[in-house]
Amino acid sequence: MFDFTILTDHFGTYLKGFGNTAYASVLALAGSFLLGTLLAVFRITPVKPLQWIGTAYVEFVRNIPLLLVVYLFFLGLPSIGVVLDPFACGTLGLAVYTAAFIAEAVRAGILSVPKGQMEAARSSGLSYGKAMRLVVLPQAVKIVIPPLNNQFINLIKNSSILSVISGFDLMFYADRIASDTYVVFSTYIFAGLFYLLLTLPLSYATGWLERRLARHD
Amino acid sequence: MRQRKWFVLGLAVLVLTVVALAGCGKKEENGSGGASPSPSSSGSSSASAGGASALEAIKSRGKLVVGVKFDTRLFGLKDPASGKVDGFDIDVAKGLAKELLGDESKLELKEVTSKTRIPMLDNGDIDLIIATMTISEERKKQVDFSDVYFKAGQSLLVKKGSPIQSIADIKKGTKVIGVKGSTSVKNIAEKAPDATVLEFDNYQDAFTALKAGQGQVLTTDNAILYGMASQDSNYEVVGGTFTDEPYGIAAKKGNADLVAFVNDYLKKLQDSGEYDKLYEKWIGETPMKE
Amino acid sequence: MDFKDAYKWVNVEFMLEGFLVTLEVAAAAIVLSFLIGCIAGTLRYMKIPVLSQLAAFLVELVRNLPLLLIIFFTMFALPEVGIKFGIVQSAIVALTVFEAAMISEIVRSGLHSIPKGQVEASRSSGLTPFQTLWHIVLPQGLRRMVPPLVSQFISLLKDTSLAVIIALPELMHNANIVIAHNFRTAIPVLILAAFLYFVVNYALSLASRRLENRMA
Repeated sequence: MFDFTILTDHFGTYLKGFGNTAYASVLALAGSFLLGTLLAVFRITPVKPLQWIGTAYVEFVRNIPLLLVVYLFFLGLPSIGVVLDPFACGTLGLAVYTAAFIAEAVRAGILSVPKGQMEAARSSGLSYGKAMRLVVLPQAVKIVIPPLNNQFINLIKNSSILSVISGFDLMFYADRIASDTYVVFSTYIFAGLFYLLLTLPLSYATGWLERRLARHD
Repeated sequence: MRQRKWFVLGLAVLVLTVVALAGCGKKEENGSGGASPSPSSSGSSSASAGGASALEAIKSRGKLVVGVKFDTRLFGLKDPASGKVDGFDIDVAKGLAKELLGDESKLELKEVTSKTRIPMLDNGDIDLIIATMTISEERKKQVDFSDVYFKAGQSLLVKKGSPIQSIADIKKGTKVIGVKGSTSVKNIAEKAPDATVLEFDNYQDAFTALKAGQGQVLTTDNAILYGMASQDSNYEVVGGTFTDEPYGIAAKKGNADLVAFVNDYLKKLQDSGEYDKLYEKWIGETPMKE
Repeated sequence: MDFKDAYKWVNVEFMLEGFLVTLEVAAAAIVLSFLIGCIAGTLRYMKIPVLSQLAAFLVELVRNLPLLLIIFFTMFALPEVGIKFGIVQSAIVALTVFEAAMISEIVRSGLHSIPKGQVEASRSSGLTPFQTLWHIVLPQGLRRMVPPLVSQFISLLKDTSLAVIIALPELMHNANIVIAHNFRTAIPVLILAAFLYFVVNYALSLASRRLENRMA
């Protein structure tokens, strides 16, 4: 049932796709973490317009498919004259989409830090921004890490969307191998193993972190 | 109180189930092209025709199920306005239905792409593939082909005024757009190994990507490219053909009687002069005689 | 941007037709994945030997793979080993498998969230493990599962769009066709598609919040 020659003959091709998938995931994670944290802070600031922006972004993006976000970059932008290559479109789409989920995770983390902490920091003379950055966020990080890890796993899985817009990721190369060799079953099994190589360690790390944090509480 | 909660939950599941079942009942309609007024009975239109009596199975079912392209102008294109599918391949399919069942409306069209067509044929979802499919040695291992029914060749589509005018102009860094699972992608990788080949799921997405400026050239069979150029006059076919792509009609492996029937029909089409008319209708010129 | 062409009734109608397919496929997958997810989650919670480990293995496997790969696999790879589905069935099967894995985790942690003391009390008052599950744990656990379940259903509805790769005539597929006819309709068409997804999903999340408040 398993045709191992697929793996040995096309190892380089798999590896190229694996590298691109990992690269796109890391870039999108960094982007979505920055944007997501910003949005989370927006949502809990006392400034109303910022709250609206944060809430609107999160509610809107969370309720539309990733594919649609990616198409906005891939088809929408060129229709008004801005052309980015498929890899960039896919990675940007992933970052914009995942940011909405990260914003929620970070917000929950911040809200879990007792209010007294913020009040104490403010009354000892720190500005809102400084109190957030130096007192609240560092405590929130601990709570945020397991859900963030989960989002990263989702991000890696979702990065397969690049294959739809020819983004040279693992899935794209798996398609190419399958249509070159006509061996579909084994080709996708091996592609799946490459994905597991990325996601399983993170999955276990999340479980481990959750158990550890639970013990400390 | 708890009683009511369970009731509400049960009701929700029931409603969802009904919606789901209704959905399953309707799906056949969505899949079929406008050419056939598919009967409201959902049924499993499993067209699997195992063994030698594929032809008999179709006759007793009273309906020929053909996999065609929905996104390929001149061969098989679905018009969202009317829901009808039209093209050269569609006319061939209609002719076959008429020959086989006496009525060209006894035809159900299902959408296939270059990637889905062989699995669908194997699954028994369709009896035949008439979908701009090139006869190749590799494919012959998987399906049985009829005689050639259309002679195409691979060519290039570019935006008017493009510096690329032939395959020789494709240099390192040129982005060439193609369709996943098509022979043209493999050919271009051989003939222009320096090019970056972008691949999409179907011709429509590929052409949209060309319009979006994702690549400079789109390559596939000239017949399909002419259709795209006729759709958008900003694009033109350049450089002549650099491969031979003989199209065949495919049946599931082992369906010899069906293939023989298709070949008889194709011969009749040629002899009666119908073929030339069909060719002119869609391609706009008479086929070259050898 | 060509709003006028994009929002011609034929185009809007065509996209609505696609959205109907999206909703139908999603509804079927929601029902099936909920049932399978509940069974798998309960098996793991009750620690039924062999079955529990098997469920754990499958859930971990599926949860760590991209849905796109599972859709491809269902449609293109399974026929190689003799398992054959059509396009609509492939979409439903792949979505069901993927989302059931997620739902089983929600069910499992929902059941685990019920304090052990209650289970022990119920067991020592003579209820069987199954009765404990049915009368004590499940009713309370279900309440806590509602929000994550609904958000999983929303994910499922969004994920239906991935079936474009097997040419399922759902909303994104039809949106692509409209865009292909006139490229300048890209943004308006995508906005309309986003609006349709948003309305249904947002309504679902509001309903979930209301239900949560009512149950609390």
